[in-house]
Amino acid sequence: MKDLNEDQVARSANLKGMGCSRKRVEDARFTQGKGNYVDDVKLPGMLHGDFVRSPYAHARIKSIDTSKAMAVDGVIAVLTAADLAPLNLHWMPTLAGDKQMVLADGKVLFQGQEVAFVVAKDRFIAADAVELVEVDYEELPVIVNPFEALQSDVVLREDIADQKEGAHGPRKHHNHIFTWEAGEEAATNDVIDNAEVVATETMYYHRTHPCPLETCGSVASMDKVNGKLTVWGTFQAPHVVRTVASLLSGIEEHNIRVISPDIGGGFGNKVGVYPGYVCSIVASIVTGKPVKWIEDRMENLMSTAFARDYWMTGKIAATKDGKITGLHCHVTADHGAFDACADPTKFPAGFMNICTGSYDIPTAYLAVDGVYTNKAPGGVSYRCSFRVTEAVYFIERMIEVLAIELNMDAAELRRINFIKKDQFPYQSALGWEYDSGDYHTAWDKALKAVDYEGLRKEQAERVEAFKRGETRSLMGIGLSFFTEIVGAGPVKNCDILGMGMFDSCEIRIHPTGSAIARLGTISQGQGHATTFAQILASEIGLPADSITIEEGDTDTAPYGLGTYGSRSTPVAGAATALAGRKIRAKAQMIAAYLLEVHDDDLEWDIDRFVVKGAPERFKTMKEIAYAAYNQAIPGVEPGLEAVSYYDPPNMTYPFGAYVCVMDIDVDTGVQTIRRFYALDDCGTRINPMIIEGQVHGGLTEALAVALGQEIAYDDMGNVKTGTLMDFFLPTAWEVPNYETDHTVTPSPHHPIGAKGVGESPHVGGVPCFSNAVNDAFRAFGNRHTHMPHDHWRIWQTANKLGLHG
Amino acid sequence: MIPASFDYHRPSDMDGVIALLKEHGDDARVLAGGHSLIPMMKLRMAEVPHLIDLQSIESLRGISINGSRVTIGAMVTQHDIINHSELTKVAPIMRETSLQIADPQVRYMGTVGGNVANGDPGNDMPGLMQCLDATLHLVGPDGTREVAARDYYEAAYVTAREEDEVLTAISFDAPSGGYSYEKQKRKIGDYATAAAAVTIQTSGGKVSSASIAMTNLSDVPVWSEAAADALVGTACDADAIKAAVNAMLDDIDPTEDNRGPVAFKRHVAGIILTRAITRAWDRA
Repeated sequence: MKDLNEDQVARSANLKGMGCSRKRVEDARFTQGKGNYVDDVKLPGMLHGDFVRSPYAHARIKSIDTSKAMAVDGVIAVLTAADLAPLNLHWMPTLAGDKQMVLADGKVLFQGQEVAFVVAKDRFIAADAVELVEVDYEELPVIVNPFEALQSDVVLREDIADQKEGAHGPRKHHNHIFTWEAGEEAATNDVIDNAEVVATETMYYHRTHPCPLETCGSVASMDKVNGKLTVWGTFQAPHVVRTVASLLSGIEEHNIRVISPDIGGGFGNKVGVYPGYVCSIVASIVTGKPVKWIEDRMENLMSTAFARDYWMTGKIAATKDGKITGLHCHVTADHGAFDACADPTKFPAGFMNICTGSYDIPTAYLAVDGVYTNKAPGGVSYRCSFRVTEAVYFIERMIEVLAIELNMDAAELRRINFIKKDQFPYQSALGWEYDSGDYHTAWDKALKAVDYEGLRKEQAERVEAFKRGETRSLMGIGLSFFTEIVGAGPVKNCDILGMGMFDSCEIRIHPTGSAIARLGTISQGQGHATTFAQILASEIGLPADSITIEEGDTDTAPYGLGTYGSRSTPVAGAATALAGRKIRAKAQMIAAYLLEVHDDDLEWDIDRFVVKGAPERFKTMKEIAYAAYNQAIPGVEPGLEAVSYYDPPNMTYPFGAYVCVMDIDVDTGVQTIRRFYALDDCGTRINPMIIEGQVHGGLTEALAVALGQEIAYDDMGNVKTGTLMDFFLPTAWEVPNYETDHTVTPSPHHPIGAKGVGESPHVGGVPCFSNAVNDAFRAFGNRHTHMPHDHWRIWQTANKLGLHG
Repeated sequence: MIPASFDYHRPSDMDGVIALLKEHGDDARVLAGGHSLIPMMKLRMAEVPHLIDLQSIESLRGISINGSRVTIGAMVTQHDIINHSELTKVAPIMRETSLQIADPQVRYMGTVGGNVANGDPGNDMPGLMQCLDATLHLVGPDGTREVAARDYYEAAYVTAREEDEVLTAISFDAPSGGYSYEKQKRKIGDYATAAAAVTIQTSGGKVSSASIAMTNLSDVPVWSEAAADALVGTACDADAIKAAVNAMLDDIDPTEDNRGPVAFKRHVAGIILTRAITRAWDRA
């Protein structure tokens, strides 16, 4: 790029385009309590719904008596499966090719399952009436362990007990869902059998929950006069919801309008379709009145989509000097009562086959077995692309275990196995084509920034001091190097229920040189209104402050697959850039006419077209926009609009290098994070401030998951962590001061080279925190301990290692 | 999380409160800061047809210090305690403990009375009140009476207070010497995994008297007389502290919960008490 002159610098700054830490335009309303969330939607005559939920994890329903509830003044209806059956809405399809009960049909399969839906004139009456619905349950044996489920005679899913074939191939057992494989099994076994060194480990990635600040909810309003259904809801994919609603209800798609208003965090929790949405829609169709359903925190934690719950067994083979030769991974995936994973349909274990990580591993094999248990359904990607957090945790723990096996430094082991810069695009053994990367540069920068050698020296001294009885504190150094796979995805292999995972942008330039752009995505806090305007500002030369970004209303926005899996910038961001380029192409024709030169005689200069060699002769985009609407130009249609649908040629592969320094009080199990360094490479950086915010947020959620956050069940299937007293959400007090850094390796196939960043810190952060805890005890013979590393589990590790004297 | 319907009362004096309690009996409960009762009502674990809010009763809000005698009204908040410089001067353990209760938002509303009266084993003030040998002042239809904090707690949520009585104040003699409130918790806002309140008085380089109470390690706060006795006459050396810890461990009875199993809690209780004694001794 040539150097800009003073005038160009000033004009460029005025645009607030890409690379600028533009303040978030959304925050004026969010910080003043002027957001418009689904619970802010209040319509005349609106009714309120509330669920009767199962107290049991597995029980037959012998009868449901709604008469006492119906007798309450103000109760309009109590819906049960029997009421929904004639509409064929008592069950619904899941995104994973399974089906799920909307309301309990004969039995319940998890605690908190929806049994009946009470509709009343106000929220309080609804809650009172819920207490009066009498359900007669007959308890059945409960299975909360997936290994037990595969051995048990107890049939959880009686509805498909006889089906030998599931949505993803043969089923081995009545509680088995699918087996999904990638790579070469025989070749991998051969490598492992003949390897100089093999490290084996089993790790449980516990069940947790995205727990967004705003819980899930919807308001459905059926206008029977005009035949129009409008649904406001917490939807990360509003267009998909519209299509699914049309297919289920039989209402033509043009008569359904789905609106995602402001959303208070999603993190994957708001991708799926929940019984509450369906019930509010049915109740509105039945009553002809708007019906609101908003779940409370306990309902959110107990019944809406969980994350993880993967038992992963790995075998990693290497030469004596540490060159990895093969990787074998088997996963037993606990999906709960229904397979409601939110993955691209052809990927029942998401992108778990990114589990070779950042390493050049020539031979690998992965098999995943999905299993039913008496737990809530879900399996969403909590702040990560599809199952990528599991994959990266797996490989980054396996690397640490291999380092122990080899008696080698874990940083060096990573370095000698990284995919080299000149190997990109890189074909992985499990089927992906990594677009770009420069791992060695990032790793060296990170290790230098934290003085890695100095840290190891200090750690060794601490161990000695501990052995001498001078301290009761140990020091852990957590390392992680991650490669994400985001931006789903190419329509040729990524779809959700048959809908290709492209995305879109539609731009209208107004005559006075401002604009509105609408996208198929939906922000849940990511700051799309800020960053997408910046992409456009750089592409079309109008100030970001003059560009409105709108998403989430299916009547106005172009069709798109929504926001999750860090796909907004890789997919919709590309569509935005390309739509902007269409605008610019037309603008060039208009400018050529106005300047009376040939199109090719013009060159683009930040916010204007300039006649080549005559910089005093130019037309600004503002002038061009006015002319587009107000001047008859031969051969050119009036107006200045463009739309682009973008089908990405490949995923993008952001990466990063993280280091955590942790002190551990051996006597109490209390961990203190002394330092956390995060280097992220997300390709081209659109707004560094927003990237930094994303990194802080993602790391904090990683800290939560690694150090305490879980959805735990007892043997009876009772949720033990159903409130924020026990479900760990860190506060500012528990969070360290993060140090952020970056390198920039643009994606070669993305129009602006951007890769996506929202989920990287979570993906890389979880293994980094976990590795720090495990590393602290390495000198005393520790190999692996399961997350979450809360106080008592850390204490237990120290206790088992005999460190309590 | 929607409570059943209830009538809300906001009397302006204690006579009004007592009259309402008399009128509604078991159907009425008084409300202080609301951090225990309101969640219980929202979970429908407590049904309270008549809720009597004490916010308008000014007589429950004062902190008075008369020599070493401290009297704190039941509606004084933890925030008030933290910011009361005179109280901090005579009884700094009140501030040290209050700063370890929840977070600033909770402390703006949470009261001493609510914390003490309810009998919730997770609350921090009951153990502290036992450590300080505080007197709890109750008023009921038959007038006022006093109960020692060390006699007040019978079981979880079961106390010596009658249904129609209200806690109006606590009072205690500010301890001289060293003090400490040490607490381990999973995060800000959590109840204690283990917590210890310790006061130590010295004479001639030895402990002349001490008091030790533990929080959330039984269904009631645990004032461990034997643990304190183990320190008396010693210079708080390692053996003395170990003896105090062992005595304390005989008195507690923790149960397993999401904070961890019993063995872990007992171990942490010992560590926390060791640290509390050490700090109190250093300050004595």
